[in-house]
Amino acid sequence: MKRVVITGAGTINALGHTVAKTMESMREGRCGIGDLDFRDVDRLAIKIGGQVRDFEAEGRFNRQQMVLYDRFTQFTLVAAGEAIRQSGLEFTGELAAKSGVVLGTAGGGVSTWDDNYRSVYEDGKNRVHPFVVPKLMNNAAASHVSMEYNLKGPSFTVSTACASSNHAMAQAFQMVRSGMSPAMVTGGSESMLCFGGVKAWEGLRVMSKDACRPFSANRNGMVQGEGAGVFVFEEYEHAKARGAEILCEIVGYAMSSDAADIVMPSKQGAARAISGALKDAQINAQDVGYINAHGTGTAANDKTECAAVADVFGPHADNLMISSTKSMHGHLIGGTGAVELLACIMALRDGVVAPTIGYEEPDPECALDVVPNEAREATIDVALSNAFAFGGLNAVLALKRV
Amino acid sequence: MSTQDKVIAIIAEQAVLEPSDVTLDSTLEDLGIDSLGLVESIFAIEEEFDITIPFNANEPEQSDFDISTVAAIIAGIDKLVAEKNS
Repeated sequence: MKRVVITGAGTINALGHTVAKTMESMREGRCGIGDLDFRDVDRLAIKIGGQVRDFEAEGRFNRQQMVLYDRFTQFTLVAAGEAIRQSGLEFTGELAAKSGVVLGTAGGGVSTWDDNYRSVYEDGKNRVHPFVVPKLMNNAAASHVSMEYNLKGPSFTVSTACASSNHAMAQAFQMVRSGMSPAMVTGGSESMLCFGGVKAWEGLRVMSKDACRPFSANRNGMVQGEGAGVFVFEEYEHAKARGAEILCEIVGYAMSSDAADIVMPSKQGAARAISGALKDAQINAQDVGYINAHGTGTAANDKTECAAVADVFGPHADNLMISSTKSMHGHLIGGTGAVELLACIMALRDGVVAPTIGYEEPDPECALDVVPNEAREATIDVALSNAFAFGGLNAVLALKRV
Repeated sequence: MSTQDKVIAIIAEQAVLEPSDVTLDSTLEDLGIDSLGLVESIFAIEEEFDITIPFNANEPEQSDFDISTVAAIIAGIDKLVAEKNS
């Protein structure tokens, strides 16, 4: 089995348009959540979200690209560009033939669906633009990344709701670890912040009207975000031979299915994914210093997640730190694990643990060190990133300091 | 703007050319318009003239709409617009 390292990272989200800016916001505990700004927002009950601000797609992409790129694809291309530039890889010949792109998204081109349904249903038009299908399809972002960077190996999109990115990155990790691909571009993207996207979420009655306060006793729901996170996963010897900067190592993963309920989380399912990742990575539970929580800020998730962590780690659960950066960037649904992986990289590489902001009241059912409100300096050797999706599909990644 | 000017403007935009570079006997191939560019041009023409062009990308030759040259496209549009108004 090969060792797998991360040699490039890119993002755009409510905290920043780059990795450096996002990590700076995480260190400072800034909140990227604010008033939503799009058509018909006055007809929504939920009016806040982690929207990407000051993003002008028009200057970055030409007219021909604009008609094909939904916002989730635009985000993906911005993040992929940053990650691949940092890695310094150029995909040609054998490297191009074997390297691919595996990305997660839950909804794909949601705003393209929304705009065109509005056009035919509300405006009564009988004709839509010919590129509606290639623009909205869930694999559009992965395909455009493969075209832009000449990635000709295994490429596809994974869709497992809120765990999409983690499932995608687990898959990419597996491909590099097995020797199938020398490098993989992976992560995820989401852009559901439009009228139809938020209206659908409203229906579930799990959204907060004022803030995302994970683990806090007065938490009252999740807040949606948008954006993308993309990484270059590379085989260790390949990276070392070319003198690439290594951000951290990925050492294991596990996936599990609750096989229980379509929306309610299960402690057992989450615990099996966490312990499975430790086993796969061959690391002791006591070595884990930080967990980037799924931490959605809903009543059900946070207490279930804390119970699962307590079960897996026993007394060590009180020694480790667990934080939810969704409090700052919101829940990016299918892109969330990718943006949250940045908090793990920051903990491992920079020794800074991102906080859970908006934390106001301790909850006896979430009695762990959730790094309330302020980032903390610490030497972290091993970090985990949790994702537990609707539908009971879980994926946990284990990362190590290099 | 005449039908001709409008059609040439649409095709020129699609081909990323100046309207003066598009002549009546140009073919779409001459202008570098590929299959995606063709369906987008047809969409733009339908929107501009509020007509429905009978065109199936699977069998362009069978379609009752001649796209062999810019002049043929303009003639086809004139016919559809006349039918709509009659």
